[in-house]
Formats: sequence, structure tokens, C-alpha cells
Amino acid sequence: MRADATLTLNSVINSDSHRLLRRLLILSFLLLASAGLSLCLGSFPTPPLQVLNTLAAPQSSDIAFIIWELRLPRIALAILVGAALAIAGAILQSIVRNPLASPDVIGITSGAALAAVVFLSLLSSTLSIHWLPVAAMLGALVSALLVVSLAWKSGISPSRMVLVGIGLAAAMGAGTTLLIVISDDSAAMTAYVWLTGSLYAAQWNDVWGLLPWLVVAVPISLLFARHADAMALGDSVAEGLGVAILRSRLVLLACSVALAGAAVAFAGGLSFVGLIAPHLAAKLVGRNLARLVPASALVGALIVLYADLLGRVAFLPKDLPAGIFVAGIGAPFFVYLLHKSRARF
Amino acid sequence: MAHSSHPHQPPRLKGEALHAGYDNRRVLDGVDIAIEEGKLTVLLGPNGSGKSTLLKTLARTLTPTGGNVYLDGKDIHRSKTREVAKRLGILPQGPVAPEGLSVKQLVGMGRFPHQGLWQKNAQQDADAIREAMAFTHVTEFADRYVDALSGGQRQRCWIAMVLAQQTDLILLDEPTTFLDLKVQVDLLELLSRLAHEKGRTLLLVLHDLNLAAAYADQLVMMCDGRIVTSGGPSEVFTTTNLNRVFDLDAHVIQDPESGSPICVPRKRRQAASEPGVVV
Repeated sequence: MRADATLTLNSVINSDSHRLLRRLLILSFLLLASAGLSLCLGSFPTPPLQVLNTLAAPQSSDIAFIIWELRLPRIALAILVGAALAIAGAILQSIVRNPLASPDVIGITSGAALAAVVFLSLLSSTLSIHWLPVAAMLGALVSALLVVSLAWKSGISPSRMVLVGIGLAAAMGAGTTLLIVISDDSAAMTAYVWLTGSLYAAQWNDVWGLLPWLVVAVPISLLFARHADAMALGDSVAEGLGVAILRSRLVLLACSVALAGAAVAFAGGLSFVGLIAPHLAAKLVGRNLARLVPASALVGALIVLYADLLGRVAFLPKDLPAGIFVAGIGAPFFVYLLHKSRARF
Repeated sequence: MAHSSHPHQPPRLKGEALHAGYDNRRVLDGVDIAIEEGKLTVLLGPNGSGKSTLLKTLARTLTPTGGNVYLDGKDIHRSKTREVAKRLGILPQGPVAPEGLSVKQLVGMGRFPHQGLWQKNAQQDADAIREAMAFTHVTEFADRYVDALSGGQRQRCWIAMVLAQQTDLILLDEPTTFLDLKVQVDLLELLSRLAHEKGRTLLLVLHDLNLAAAYADQLVMMCDGRIVTSGGPSEVFTTTNLNRVFDLDAHVIQDPESGSPICVPRKRRQAASEPGVVV
């Protein structure tokens, strides 16, 4: 009887990790196929064979330019931005112990937005537009630091952090609106597109600017994933299990801020991905953070990739910001999923 | 895994001159305590007497404002929390499992202190989890969600998590509160088997006086942040002490079957002189 129980338990564990692996593989394959599809589509639809040829042997033709310099960096950036925002959201939802948490909640997005708008309306005449991501990143970091220090009271209480974050986001949102209203039309338009979130005119430089943040933050968050899972049981249980609460929470928070801040810096206000992708991923792999990180990354990448693809091709010759589709299609879909599984939320 | 209990093993967990509280409120006011090895010790006292605060301080989840807690002779608040977690387990009051967490996953969390980045003994983990689930009778729920179980089943899962931690010392804060009497009795049976069969040292905060008297090897009675008295139930569970500690008017009788003391509150008689009452 005992051996029997062991046997079932072991087979459950094994089938569980097989299922995880299978689902991650399916998601990866979907992402690869979608990236391929996205490479073929555009204002100059390219047959798949020609795309493959161009990828295999780059030559200097118009097609090569479109594939290598226009579509590929944009697709790569969409994947990285989606992955970074989704992981940031997954980490935050687990350390704040609140399903509504997203990079907006702790002021990252609103800080980046305010800094970006300040840059666009006040500094863009003196500084090159290449500095915009740096300004946005700084804004994200400063506001995240502000939220953490305002919420600090001999440690970080997640609920106080959320409340402070919402308050600060509202105040910074007001500042952003004020600046847009008083700045001239073209700056206001650029700021508005930035706030919606767009991958328009993405370049390889943007990809190389974002990639290092993922390379550093993702492994660290995976190392601390177990700590987050323990903290999900409550601070006092986690402490009893031997988690150094404050240190683990700060490390994970830093990872989340870095990922979301960097993503927002290069793509603007797409942070809604950070709310929905982890929830969708959790339906596939559960709430265990070590599993949720790769799964959310893939789901987030898929969402932004398709949102951007729609923005590029659905309303030709107009190129619409991906943010419209992330929110416009992602949100209703998300609500539908919540409705379908009401019992579990 | 667990030490077998020797009659006079020196206590491994001790608190000396403990003062503790929250914000500006002082709760513990100079407490000295040593937890006897291999025994089930129960902290008793009225609400606000400081029993939960004492338990948290001993478990290092609350830092005292004065005094020290020693685990194996080392100051527990200066030890690495992970090292402490290999020797001392704590189940706080009313823990809440996140949605969608299976019983097996919850119990597996008990292995946290034993799993490092580069060290992980899968076989040892699986054995500990299986044993803990078998001891608490939750094996049949292994794949169900914790939040979908009944209160008593859920509490057994949490206890299984602490057991999977494989510590000799186990501290539990009101593990039976809000449960049916039958479920409380089952849990206390299980916990006393842990002490008496597996040689673990248990420290519990309980609310129910008679259950405490029936299952404790040692009773520690607290009032106003101090320990008023402590000892075996037959010594300290007396009319006088219950009156002193709980301001309770009760008489204590003996259970003819087990011999453990039982308190029966005295019903207040209406005064004979009360107007309108005809005798």
C-alpha cells in the first residue's frame, strides 16, 4: 500500500514535469512560427521561401533590407519586450501576493511615462531622440525607488507598497497629462504614441539595449523563484522556512523593476502585458514562479508579437501602435478567460 | 531523523529575560523559559497575555526588545535564518494557502531549508514529503488544491509541511482554533504522537483549557506578559491558578478514565436578595 502511494506520487511528479516541458515546447514552437509569419507579412508581403533565402544568405537587396533592418529587429524587440514585461509582472504578482499587481502598480510605468514626456516636450530640441530610452529607464527606476522608500517601515509590506504605488502613479499621471496639454502638437502626438506603446522603427540598437537586462535579471529571478513561492505562503511561514524575507523581496523587486523599466524604455506603455501574460501562463503551468517565468515570457512575447503584427498589417498603409491591440484585444480576451473560470478567481 | 527522547536531556530552546512587543505596545515583560525535550508543552493564558508573542519570539519571527533566545546555545536572532529552519519549525496562526496550490506542493515547501542552489537531494526530499503526508493522513489529497479542503484537512496539510522540514523542534500557534471539537482532538492526538513516538519537542499555543490539560506534558500559564506558573497539568491546573491567571471561577475535577484534570466553570448563582425573586 505504501509502495503503491509512492509509485503514484512519483508518476504524478514525472508526468507533471513532462506536461510542463511539452507546454513550454509548444509555446516556443508557436512563437517561432509566429515570428516566421511576421517576417513574411508587411506592406511588401514576402513569400516564406524568399524570406528563408534572404536569412540564409544576406545580400544587399530591397528585400534583404526590409527583412534584416526593418522586420527582424522589430520582431526581436517585440519578443524581448513582451517577455520582459511578462516576467516582471509574474514576479510582482508573486511578491505582492496580489493578482492585480503589474508594473503599473509600483509606479514603474507612470515614472517612465512622465520622464519620457518630460524628455519629448522639454528636452527633445536639445537632446537626440536616442536618449529617450535612457530618460524613460531613469524615470522608472526613480519612481520605483520612491515607492519602495515611501512604503518602507522597518521592511516592505506588500500591501502598503501597492497603495503607495497607486497613489504615486496617479500623481505622475496628472503630471504627464499636464505636460502633454501644454506642449506643442507634434511633441504631444509623439508622446501620445509613446504612452500607447509602439515598436515603430525599432532598430537593432534597441534590441541590443534591452537584451542585457534580460540576460542579467532572468537568471537571478529564477534563482530566487523558490523564495517567492515560499513568500506566497505568507511572510511568517516563509520566515519559518528559512527565507531571508527582506533580502529576497528586494532582489526580486529589483529584477522586476529592471525588466519592466527596460521594456517600457524601448517600447513605451505596453505594460498591460505584465498583468495578463502571467495570468494566462499560470493557467498552463500553475503559479510556481520557476515555471511561471519561462511560460509568462513566451506568452508575453506572443501577445506583443501579434499586437505589433496587427498594428503593422491590419490597417495598411497605416502603422498603428501595438499598445492599441494589446489592450484592445488582450483585455476582452482576458476578461473572457476570467469569466469562464470564475470559480478559480 | 528525530532524536529519541531521553528523560533529562538539557533543553535546546531557551528564552532569557525576554521583553517584546509591537510598535509602542509592550507585551512580554521579562520571560524566562526553557522548553523540555521530547515533550508537548502548551502555553496557556487569556487573550493578550503574550502567549503568541512568546511563541513568535522563541521562533525568531519576532525580534525581542530585550533578552535573548538561545537555540543549541546560540542566539537565535543572530543565527542564519536558514540554519535555524533546519532545526526549528514554526506554524503561525491561521496560515492561508495561495489559490491553486496543491497539497503536495505545499508539503514540498517544507523542504526549503534543505535545498540549496547546488545541493538538492531529490530522494531525501521525496522521502520526507511522503512520510510527512502519511503521518498526517493527507496522502489521499496529494493532488488536490489546499484551498478546496475542509478546515481540519487544511490544517493537517500545514502540519505536514512543517513535518517535511524535519526539525526536532516544532512550534505551533493555535493550531486548533476554529475547528470542530472532534477535529481538534484528532490534531492533538497526532501532535502528541509526534512528541511521544517520534521524540520531537513541541510547543503549542492553545485556547481550550481542558484540551490543554488533557494533552500537555507541561503547561505554561501566562498573564500580563509574564509566566505565572508552569509544570505538569496535575500540579498547575488548579482552581487557584485558573482564578489567578484567567480570573475564572471554576472547580477542577479529575477525569476518572485518564486522570487528567478538567475544569468546570461555576455557574454564577443569582443573589438571593435580588428584588423580585421569590425563594
